[in-house]
Amino acid sequence: MTEIFGIPLAAILGQLMLGLVNGAFYALLSLGLAVIFGLMGVVNFAHGAFYALGSFAALVGMQRLGIGYWPGLLLAPLAVGLLGMLIERLWLRRLYGLDPLYGLLLTFGVALIIEGVLQQVFGASGQSYPVPDGLQGVVNLGFMFLPRYRAWVIVASLAVCFGTWFLIERTRLGARLRAARENAPLLQSFGVNVPLLLTLTYGGGVALAALAGVLAAPVILVTPHMGQSLVTVVFAVVVIGGMGSILGAIASGLLLGLIEGLTKVIYPEASNIVVFLIMALVLIVRPAGLFGRE
Amino acid sequence: MPTRALLYLVGALGAAAIPLTGIYPVFVMKLLCFAIFACSFNLLLGFGGMLSFGHAAFFGTAAYTTGWLVAERHWGPGAAIGGGALAAAALGLVIGGLAIRRQGIYLAMVTLALAQLVYFVCLEAPFTGGENGLQGVARGTLFGFLPLQSDIAMYYFVLCLFAATLAAIMRIVHSPFGRVLEAIRENESRAISLGYAVKRYKLLAFVLSAALAGLGGSLKTLVLGFATLSDVSQSTSGEVILMTLLGGIGTFFGPVLGAGIVVSLQEYLSELVGGWVMVVIGAIFVACVLSFRRGIVGTILRLRMRR
Repeated sequence: MTEIFGIPLAAILGQLMLGLVNGAFYALLSLGLAVIFGLMGVVNFAHGAFYALGSFAALVGMQRLGIGYWPGLLLAPLAVGLLGMLIERLWLRRLYGLDPLYGLLLTFGVALIIEGVLQQVFGASGQSYPVPDGLQGVVNLGFMFLPRYRAWVIVASLAVCFGTWFLIERTRLGARLRAARENAPLLQSFGVNVPLLLTLTYGGGVALAALAGVLAAPVILVTPHMGQSLVTVVFAVVVIGGMGSILGAIASGLLLGLIEGLTKVIYPEASNIVVFLIMALVLIVRPAGLFGRE
Repeated sequence: MPTRALLYLVGALGAAAIPLTGIYPVFVMKLLCFAIFACSFNLLLGFGGMLSFGHAAFFGTAAYTTGWLVAERHWGPGAAIGGGALAAAALGLVIGGLAIRRQGIYLAMVTLALAQLVYFVCLEAPFTGGENGLQGVARGTLFGFLPLQSDIAMYYFVLCLFAATLAAIMRIVHSPFGRVLEAIRENESRAISLGYAVKRYKLLAFVLSAALAGLGGSLKTLVLGFATLSDVSQSTSGEVILMTLLGGIGTFFGPVLGAGIVVSLQEYLSELVGGWVMVVIGAIFVACVLSFRRGIVGTILRLRMRR
């Protein structure tokens, strides 16, 4: 077997593949953050909580209502997205025009509420979600056996990422969303319902987090706090990528997943912190982020 | 203003008399440690306009450093507290140096991420005791002649340092340095065009705030006798934000009051609502941000000004 610096090539490729799976989640989550921030100027601290909520919604749907994985993949993000829209309508809306720090603090409180409720209702110990029929088993890639479900995660999240990018950058609706960010009063005077657009944007971004939660449910332990440490990593990813650009969020999510995977082979002790170290490095070399504009 | 001097006097006498009232002194000491922590956070946010979402990194690093210096190197309490605060200041130099390269919400995210890095280091490092933390840290004898074992002696020691912290923060805020800091908070580009080395001012504010947060953390280790992972955790960073927000951002006594309320809530709320503490804290957060942004002291000051 070929070796690079004394490490078997198969091990490197294997970890890179798993890193790509993690990167797919990072991409999906940082995409949601970038959409909410880019179009509304709100840093959504509750993103990790909505991610957990998506997992639990799929879990409860299956256990109590007999909703399977595939309908759950659609219904859970929809339900969580509706909750997000409610929160935007009732609370978040009242902070527009104030210092953006208040949006951050509000969503931090929302995260505490959601995670606290989940913990009270479902307990702190984790539950597992079965891998759906048809996606069990493995694919032989030659250098490793990749579980079929993980391959699906990569494909699905890349498709959703591309779809979201297309929606925002290439459609009429997306043009209006961007116009709302640029000059809301002007757009409103053209007869566009800007408040509704913002509600939909927050709902959509939150639904993306929930979708990531449903996708993750079969590969991780579903716990109330599963989003807490993840959201910190995703924030670091966003700082690295630069918050403005949607493609930047996707690309840096995938890239950092790969780097994290590589670290697991070379120096496993650092795999928890490598993203933060890279963030520090990027701040020194290019403070605006890799894809950011000052 | 004589009424203000009178208020200070009453406050000082009241604080000095607390051990006589039968209130559990360890609880009051813990409260004072968190009050120091909250005041340090407020120095950065209220007067410097920088929201650190990772202030527990400084608090916890100092808590661990002091615990380690006492338990492993057998330092006295005075030197160990100094060492803890110094370690926090050094960390403040590093984290602050990175964080001030961005502003506003980015700064918040950077501090959050770097604090998480510190958390992971504390989890893995050999000198922090991992999941168990450092237990059974002795209070020792201050400067070789003042034993701090009794809660009364320790209380007055903590009270003195708390008063010194408040005095230091007032001095900092009212100094020329503090004025420039305020100018930067209000309009950074104008401060730059006036020729101030804005980055240097911000960094110094960061280091001072980190050192004071470290003082709180070091004292907490001596008071309670342990340093654990919760001292460096994200939830502690969140708590100190809540204390400051609740009491009043940018007021001198708001963070003290906020620390009092939040620490009391944590102490007694769990008996009332069981496991719902986190939800209640989150709800207070939301309520404060939505309709009580000035905090308690801020609201009182505003009402008095209107009169």
